[in-house]
Amino acid sequence: MRAPRILGQRVVAVALYAAIMAALMWSAYAGAQGMGYNWQWYRVPKYLGSLTEDGFQAGEILTGLGVTIQLSLTAFALGTVLGAGVTALRLSGLVMGRAISVVYLELIRNIPLLVLLYLFYYVLGPIFDLGRWSAAILTLAVFHSALISEIFRAGIASVPRGQWEAAAAIGMSRAQAFAYITLPQSVRFMLPPLTGEAVHLIKSSAIVSVIAVAELTTVGRNIISDTYMSFEIWFTVAAVYLAVTLVLSFGISALERRITPT
Amino acid sequence: MGEQPVIVAEHIGKHFNGFQALDDVSLTVSRGERVVVCGPSGSGKSTLIRCFNGLEAHDAGKLIVDGRAMAADSPHIRQLRQDVGMVFQQFNLFPHLTVLENLTIGPRRVRGMARREAEALARKYLERVRIPEQEGKRPDQLSGGQQQRVAIARALCMEPRVMLFDEPTSALDPEMIGEVLDVMVDLAQSGMTMVVVTHEMGFARKVADRMVFMEAGRIVEMSPPEEFFGHPRTERARVFLNQILGH
Repeated sequence: MRAPRILGQRVVAVALYAAIMAALMWSAYAGAQGMGYNWQWYRVPKYLGSLTEDGFQAGEILTGLGVTIQLSLTAFALGTVLGAGVTALRLSGLVMGRAISVVYLELIRNIPLLVLLYLFYYVLGPIFDLGRWSAAILTLAVFHSALISEIFRAGIASVPRGQWEAAAAIGMSRAQAFAYITLPQSVRFMLPPLTGEAVHLIKSSAIVSVIAVAELTTVGRNIISDTYMSFEIWFTVAAVYLAVTLVLSFGISALERRITPT
Repeated sequence: MGEQPVIVAEHIGKHFNGFQALDDVSLTVSRGERVVVCGPSGSGKSTLIRCFNGLEAHDAGKLIVDGRAMAADSPHIRQLRQDVGMVFQQFNLFPHLTVLENLTIGPRRVRGMARREAEALARKYLERVRIPEQEGKRPDQLSGGQQQRVAIARALCMEPRVMLFDEPTSALDPEMIGEVLDVMVDLAQSGMTMVVVTHEMGFARKVADRMVFMEAGRIVEMSPPEEFFGHPRTERARVFLNQILGH
């Protein structure tokens, strides 16, 4: 079934969209007014940061963001190493290597992230003496290593077989062919999905607030329990996540355009 | 007593999932000899020369290349491959490297040659394939004929004892076939040992010492070119020659 032709026109489509969004926002605003919500946006900036005589002082939200970034970077680095290891096992041609990697991937992919976090913090934590920070990093790294390894595998598979043959034909070992021929060519296939994965990781890092790691989401919750400004703070926290992930996406696509030969 | 042959294949066979790609194939290639292999598609000619540098592993018979037994699990397979140059139908140049880097990566990484030395070698062979001016370009900036000549130069940079060509002109536009064949004729005249899978019968007449005609994984006919083109012994070879020369 096709939509009526008039809906396909640009002006009508944009106007209709604007009208629907306005109606939604107005109803949300009216609803908030109706429950007597006391908007206090003026109190928000100091949680981001403030200018004093000693210069700029980061507020709690920016400090939380710093922790989120540190957590995400560490977890992403570790996840990349784990993912590379799993990919290597999978492509190794060893029977047990393949089996281990397949079991690992299926296991990780089919356990919810929250349950994985509880496993690391409440089960493996006491056994291996892991603190919150280690449990958080391990959870995120392990969870994302499965997807990262899939990206590596697909990137390597996207390099035509003839490339490997040409490398072998001039006497290269498998390791040399991989390092000089296959890997450099697969990077440009891997970069876009890896960026997506990094964005995904930053977003899923919010979940470690349930074990009270002092990152952005935890900080947001703490501020709200002090100030009761739940609307303003959640909007702000969401905007901060959005800003970081957008900067990351645009940064990487600019980098991609530079390294892709034209 | 002459030199030992470069390639000795004795009764070699090869299966792909129940399909007999090579069936009891025996062929000896002497130093300096030019052998042209032809036959209908699927006759096993590519598989045969891919066995010669271990890209395919034969599963029956014996294969000696340059005096050493060749098998996919040979401990010296990398050494062997350095001495056996291969030119592919699809060129298989490394698209992320410049022309010069395509040529030097083998000598540098595999032979451990210094950069300057490898570049001098590469320029010598670029001259030889008549494209010295393209060394800074990437493969996708070259025409198909130029790419294939770079691929020939890349193989020559390893200074192989024998060159294998797997349908080197089949992927080319017709107007570019000549420039690649010219380079190959040059190479033949310089005394290089060559095994060439091709349907370019003009080239075969000009350079081949011996024609090998294959069908269904077997060598059906093997004779000097005058004889092969003038009086093919088998009906199958006659039909094949009629098909590719007949119009």
